[in-house]
Parts: sequence; C-alpha cells; structure tokens
Amino acid sequence: MNLPFSIRFEKRTDDVPKWLPAATAIGSVVIAFLISGIVLAFIGGEPLRVLKFFFEATFGNWAVFSDTLVKATPLIMIGLACSVAFKMKLWNIGAEGQFYAGAFFASLVVLVPLVPPDAPKVITLGAMVVMGMIGGAIWGFFPGFLKARYNVNEIITTLMLNYVAIFWNNFWIFDKWSDAGFQMTPTFPKTAWLPRLADLAREYPVFSGITLHVGVVFGIIAAVIMWWVFKRSRWGYEINLIGDNPEAARYAGLNITRNIILVMMVSGALAGLAGMSEISGVVHRLQEKISAGYGFTGIIVAWLAKLNPFAVIIVSILFGALIVAGREIQPAGLAYLLQGIILFMVISSDVLLRYQVRIVRKEQETV
Amino acid sequence: MSEIFSATVIIGILTSGIRLATPYLYAAIGETFSQRSGVLNLGVEGQMLLGAFVSFYVAFTTGNLWLGLLGAMIAGALMGLAMAYVTVNLQAVQGISGIGFYLFGLGMSDLLFKMLLGTVETVKGFSVAPIPVLSKIPVIGEIFFQQNIMVYIAFLLVPTAWFILNKTTLGLKIRSVGENPDAADSLGVSVAKIRYFTIILGGTLSGVAGASMSIALLNVFQQNMTSGLGFIAVALVYFGAWRAWGVLAGALLFSMVQAIQLRMQIIESISLSPDLAVMMPYILTIIVLVASVSRVRAPAALTKPFDRGD
Repeated sequence: MNLPFSIRFEKRTDDVPKWLPAATAIGSVVIAFLISGIVLAFIGGEPLRVLKFFFEATFGNWAVFSDTLVKATPLIMIGLACSVAFKMKLWNIGAEGQFYAGAFFASLVVLVPLVPPDAPKVITLGAMVVMGMIGGAIWGFFPGFLKARYNVNEIITTLMLNYVAIFWNNFWIFDKWSDAGFQMTPTFPKTAWLPRLADLAREYPVFSGITLHVGVVFGIIAAVIMWWVFKRSRWGYEINLIGDNPEAARYAGLNITRNIILVMMVSGALAGLAGMSEISGVVHRLQEKISAGYGFTGIIVAWLAKLNPFAVIIVSILFGALIVAGREIQPAGLAYLLQGIILFMVISSDVLLRYQVRIVRKEQETV
Repeated sequence: MSEIFSATVIIGILTSGIRLATPYLYAAIGETFSQRSGVLNLGVEGQMLLGAFVSFYVAFTTGNLWLGLLGAMIAGALMGLAMAYVTVNLQAVQGISGIGFYLFGLGMSDLLFKMLLGTVETVKGFSVAPIPVLSKIPVIGEIFFQQNIMVYIAFLLVPTAWFILNKTTLGLKIRSVGENPDAADSLGVSVAKIRYFTIILGGTLSGVAGASMSIALLNVFQQNMTSGLGFIAVALVYFGAWRAWGVLAGALLFSMVQAIQLRMQIIESISLSPDLAVMMPYILTIIVLVASVSRVRAPAALTKPFDRGD
C-alpha cells in the first residue's frame, strides 16, 4: 500500500493535555465493552440483550443502584489503597489479604470481645474501624519492611500474604468461632452494624430495602483525604518524588526506607478499612469468601483512574456495577472478562500518553 | 497417631505428592524462562484456567486427550502472545498487566464453560502408565514410576530447562537479555524476539499446567479450579532462585504439604488444623526469600521494560 502520508509515533516532549487521560480511560471502557460484546456474540450470546440487562440490573432503579454502590464501597477504599502504593511504584497486589486482615481484626472487637457487649454503638463501631485499619496496616507493614530493609520483591510477598490472611481467617471461622458447625461466626450484635439507609425506613418509607451503608461515606472521606495528601501535603510530594525519581529523592535527603514502610502501611490500612466496612456493613459476621476478588479488581480500578482519588470513586461505581451484573446476569464470567479487557485497553491507550501520533506527508518526510 | 506413620500411608502421601507437583512444575518452569529473560508474567493463573478449560472441552467433545493438550498449548500460547505484546511493545508495568490477564483468563474460561458446557462434566483423563521394569522397584517404583504421562513429562522438564538455560546458546541469550539487555542488544541479540519467545513458551507451559489439572489430575473443569496455583508458581521461581532444580524443590514442598493435608482430612484423629498446615508453605516462601537475599540475586532486568531508545 502506498499512502501519501505515514503515521508516526513520537515521544512526547510537551506535557500531556489535561483532557487526554480521561478521554483514553473512557475510550478504553467503551472499546472493552465492544470487544466483550463481539466475544459474546461469537460464542452464541446476545450482547445487546445482555447490555440492556446490565444497565437494568445495576442502574435501573434505586434499589439496584444501591446494590451497585454497596459493591463499589470496598472498591473505592481498595482502589485508593492501590493508588497510594502505585504512586511510589510499590506494586502492592496484596490488597486482598489486607482486606481479610482488616475484617479479622475488626471482628476481634466483637468476638473476643474487646469492648463490652453492651457498649454504645459509636464505641463499638469506632473500635472496629481502628482495629480494621490496624489489621490492614500490619499486613502492609511486613512487605514494606522486607522491601525497605532487604529489598525483597513486594509483588511476591504481598501475593503470599494474601493466602496467609485467607487461611488464617478460615482457621478461626472453621475451628474456633464456627456458628453451629457452619463456616461462619455467629451474627454480630446490632451495635456492630454500620447504619444503613434501610434503618430510616420507618421515617422515610422510600428507603425501605435500600442496603446502602455508611461505609460509602468512609470511602468518600478517604478519597478526599488522599486527594489532599497527593496534591497539597509535603508527604504527598515526597511520595511522588520517590516514585518518579528515587535517585533524586535520595539526594534530596528523603528517607526512602521510612516512606516505603509508611506507604505500605497506609495502603494496607485503607484495604483493611474496606474489610471492616464489608463485614460491619454487609455480611454482619466473619465468614468465608467475603471478597469477590475486590483486591484484584481494586488494582484495575486504581490503574483506570490513573491514581486520581476522585476518579477512583467513579471507576469504582462502574466496577461495582460489573460485580453486581456478574452475579445477576448469565453468562457469569463476563464481568471478569470485561475487567481484563478494560485493563488491556487502558495499558494500550497509555501509549498515547507517552507518545504522540503524527501524520506526516511523504513529501515532507523526504525533505 | 500411629496410623499416619505406617508405610502404606507414607507411600500414599508421597505418590500423590509427586502427582500433585505436576501443575506447579509446568507453570513454574515456564515462568522461569520468562523471568530469566527479565519478564515477570503474573498472568499465569489466567493462562492456566483457559488452558484447563480448552483442554477439557476438546477432550470432552473429541474424546482425544492429546488434541485436548494441544488445545491448551495453543490457548496458552495465544495468551502469551498478547502478554508479550503488552510487555515488550507497550512496555506495561508487569505487576499490573498480569492481573489483567489473570482476570481475563478467569472470566473467559468461566464464560466459555457456561456457554459451551453449562454443567460440570467429567472426562476419562490420562490414566496411569507404569514404566516397565522401573515400576517394579519396591516403594520407589510405586511412588515415581506408576504415574500418568503428564507427570513424567513434568519431571523431565526440569533437567531439560536446566540444560537449555545453562548449556545452550539460546539459554545464554535468554540469560543475557534478563541480566543486561543493553549489552545483549549491542551484541546483536534481539531483546524483543527473545522475550516474545520466553513469554509465549511460558504461556504454552501454563496452558499445559491447566490441562494437567483438568485432563490428568482431576478430570473435571470447574470455575476458578486453579484457585491461586498459578500465583504460587510465580512465587516458586523466586523460591527456587531462578534455577530449575530450586523450582522443583519448591514445587515438591507445596505439593507434599497438599498431599499431607488431603490425607489428614481423611484421618480425623489428627488435631492440627488443615488451614494452618496449608498456610505454612506461603510463610516459608517469604522466609526463604528473605534468607536468600544476600546469596542470590534476581535477574538484573527483571520487570524492567527495554527501550532501544529509537
């Protein structure tokens, strides 16, 4: 083919236009939906019907939209957890384990119990929040410490600790706290339940059956705090500098060892908070399989949101919808497939942020 | 208590431990190649799941296990090809992109399963093929030489991988690309080609690892049937210090613990919790990583994209 022009990729020398990251992210999602639709049609499904069903099952009315937000809630916190670690180029893929650790530690408040069973709700819930964050932070501390002190790859340690957390939880659920032989603890007392909109149904009948709980507020507060940390605080500046240019950061006298451990602990604490919110707001007991792969989905959330805390909220709602849809619609599996393709598209489109496409006329080229 | 120390029980545990090591070996040896060339392929789990489904489906519909195996290899290789493109051409962050391939394989295998099969079926997988003479040796014959063909190939893969990596020109190229891609490039070795090769090889072997579960070990396909085994395979390469024999040791550690745990579920008199028992290899992996940090070094270019700068 002899075109009168050629397409060239050139390294960007100027700054990326402000609108471009958002545009590529949205484009990636749209293209991923298209590809998944083609895949579905190819193996004999009906993509348009599934798409219609997807919107009805996730955004169709207040009740299902509330389900979507409930699924988005842990993703917001885990997406933020991943964002803070990724900013420093620490590849924490252990949010799943940190989530379980947070759930376990928060459960201790009720199951040990750490506060008297008749303590006021505020005290119980407050203690659970603190314990959940401590649990996640401990799970983040080990990989952080090993990375900072011995340069042990955090990808492997966080991965291994995922399984340790899950088996540790199982040990307690199956052997120690089992409710009449079931693989779950007894239901927590009401004082350990995060308030739901449905609790207000007596005064406001519209809220009846709406499962949205206060956890989503935790997520939004966390997003605001992380935004402030990244944009306004000195510590956020340090994280960015260490992530972008560790050599320069070292010369500038920043304490990299301490920051690695600290960032991993903050990351773990956010994921741990998600674990607390899930058991206190949704399942109301500690049980098996409390995470629908949130720890992994959160990684994709963070990446698609380009590590921007507010974008994390929006992306989490989309992915929350995917999880709800994955539970409701047949064929299941489509939700994970979409997540994988979305990430693939985002990575592909990242090239547009690093390079610029130029169309060069042939005559021009020879000059 | 004395029950578990009887000879038959111990032989039984060792025999199943050897058999259970197969998926770890295929996946981790494949991963050794890609990591030696500087690429951390975190998508092993997804490649295994797709390989497990494809091999099962082909074997189920055609009745031919070898065709099933071939299908798994093709599925794994195609995912490897996509992974190679993302890693080499797009220079993606490997710790992130692999998770995408994991979720893709998890979703795709489940989707295909629901659309094409719908229910859990079984196949008659590779049956035990005793090796003449050797299988007659007492104890050792029973443990090592009365297995299925997928087990034998898996164990033969270890010396083969060692030989290729250490004694051939190809191995030298792979290692040099993983240690110092700039130097390798200036000597005329194509970093991109070598990495494409190792990632696709890794994908192929991960596909086989999945097949070894669905048409040799368990003979069923279920959603998420690998349940993290592929991620363990990635860690095993670190555990084994990027050496084929070290990987074998790690694979046996995990598979033997698994075999003991399966046996303990049968013998109820044992009081140790199975959940705490299966937790141990994961903790041990971390301890081994920390302990070996001063002795062994990862390939210098591991996880670093290569940019020729043109």
